[in-house]
Amino acid sequence: MTAYDKPLPKIDALTRPFWELARDHKLAVQVCQDCGDRHFPAGPVCPKCLSKDQAWEPVSGRGTLFSWVTYHRAYWNGFAKDLPYDVCLVELDEGPLFVSNLVGGADVAVGDRVEVVFEKITDEITLPKFKPAD
Amino acid sequence: MSDIGALKDKVAVVGVGNTRYGNFPETDDYGLGADAFRNAVADCGIDKNEIDGLLVCRIPYYARMGEILGISPRWTIPLPPHGRMSSMGIIEAVAALNAGLCKYVALIYANIGRSRRVNYGGDESPNIWDPWGYTSPGAAHAMMFQRHMALYGTTTRQLAEVSVAFRRHACLNPDAVMKQPITIDDHENARPIVLPLRLLDYCLINDGAVCMILTTKERARDLKKPPVMISGIGAREAYAEGSLSNFERDFWYPQLQEIAGEVYGMAGVGPSDVDAFMCYDNFAPTVLFSLEGLGFCPKGESGRFVEGGTLQVGGKLPTNTDGGHLSNSYMQGWALNVEAVRQLRGECGERQVPDCEVVQFVAATPCSRSIIYTRG
Repeated sequence: MTAYDKPLPKIDALTRPFWELARDHKLAVQVCQDCGDRHFPAGPVCPKCLSKDQAWEPVSGRGTLFSWVTYHRAYWNGFAKDLPYDVCLVELDEGPLFVSNLVGGADVAVGDRVEVVFEKITDEITLPKFKPAD
Repeated sequence: MSDIGALKDKVAVVGVGNTRYGNFPETDDYGLGADAFRNAVADCGIDKNEIDGLLVCRIPYYARMGEILGISPRWTIPLPPHGRMSSMGIIEAVAALNAGLCKYVALIYANIGRSRRVNYGGDESPNIWDPWGYTSPGAAHAMMFQRHMALYGTTTRQLAEVSVAFRRHACLNPDAVMKQPITIDDHENARPIVLPLRLLDYCLINDGAVCMILTTKERARDLKKPPVMISGIGAREAYAEGSLSNFERDFWYPQLQEIAGEVYGMAGVGPSDVDAFMCYDNFAPTVLFSLEGLGFCPKGESGRFVEGGTLQVGGKLPTNTDGGHLSNSYMQGWALNVEAVRQLRGECGERQVPDCEVVQFVAATPCSRSIIYTRG
């Protein structure tokens, strides 16, 4: 098996829980324990109320296709063999926008329902991706 | 001062200059910046030692720039190399001049992205979304345009009108990089980059530099050329989706609507008074979003609005008469502000808009700005 050669996430204290949950096939967003605001990407404080009391909570993994694009240029060599590849923008049912990849290859349209699937890429990292909802 | 409207017609652009545009590995940011500065100084006839304000953008070190030019101002601002910075910088200079912090400001921008092979994506600009392969500002615009097509029925052939118009203008501009006319079919058949966007939707990457010199209305009268007044400004940021960079979920419409109220209110004009429109065009869809946000056409109707050459000189709304970022030069907004000044002075030769009295610049970005220029 060849080494994984695409960009890997930078894991730090802020993002570690997200990747640990993804390894367990759970998509999570940061939830403010004071005001309940749900946000992603993670921040050190709540963007609504500035509380530092933030936790990660799994979401439904369901959302709506906000938009998508198809790359015909590889900005990293690791993506060259995948060209053309799709990147989607999903509006999670819980609110935040999430960038990911579409899998399944079916024709899609803005507004389609999608759901998360998980793709293990290294022992440490599992990427959440999306497919058309059943 | 609590009312930005008080800044109306207080500050003038008195000098503009640019370098050649192209691929210049033999020089660097400072060399190009110095050339643009020399040209702007010559344009207004100022003694360069009178310049006591320096704003630099995409220049590595402001003090080295000052050393090279032999100026030691009392006001300096360095800005990062983002396209959104041009009108942000101009507005800061207006405020500083009006406050008396300095008397003459030189604003210098330089870019060596072509000769140094800048990619505008990948490891140059690390982002949380890299593991999914989402990178480059063009992808954010492709994402927005895909949605615009889905919501409003906008087509890539309509989008092509933007690129075709700007290329025609570049062919009329001796300074411009791109000189071959293009058609809508050329746009449709261009190499795909991040679909739905293709090569002809993307800005150029080229070397060059631009300089503008600003001063107060009173001081402007003593310089060589008729002053061009800054008559309106408007500003609004959109940071809610900052990590998606260059993206706004509603096409910057809410921000541009706020800006329209400010900039037209301050200048005392409306969209129908705009004789030439200078629209930040890092990617062609930005132009459509800008037209809607400022009210040149209703929301969702920009595709139909631009059909049939609307944006061309001789059309209803001559836009980016120098060829813009798509076909003139990737000077990240700065060259479009220079073109606004030249149109109002009547210096634009074959691409001159007749009786040009009101020119509007806009940049729809995470830091959106608009400036209305008028004849002094």
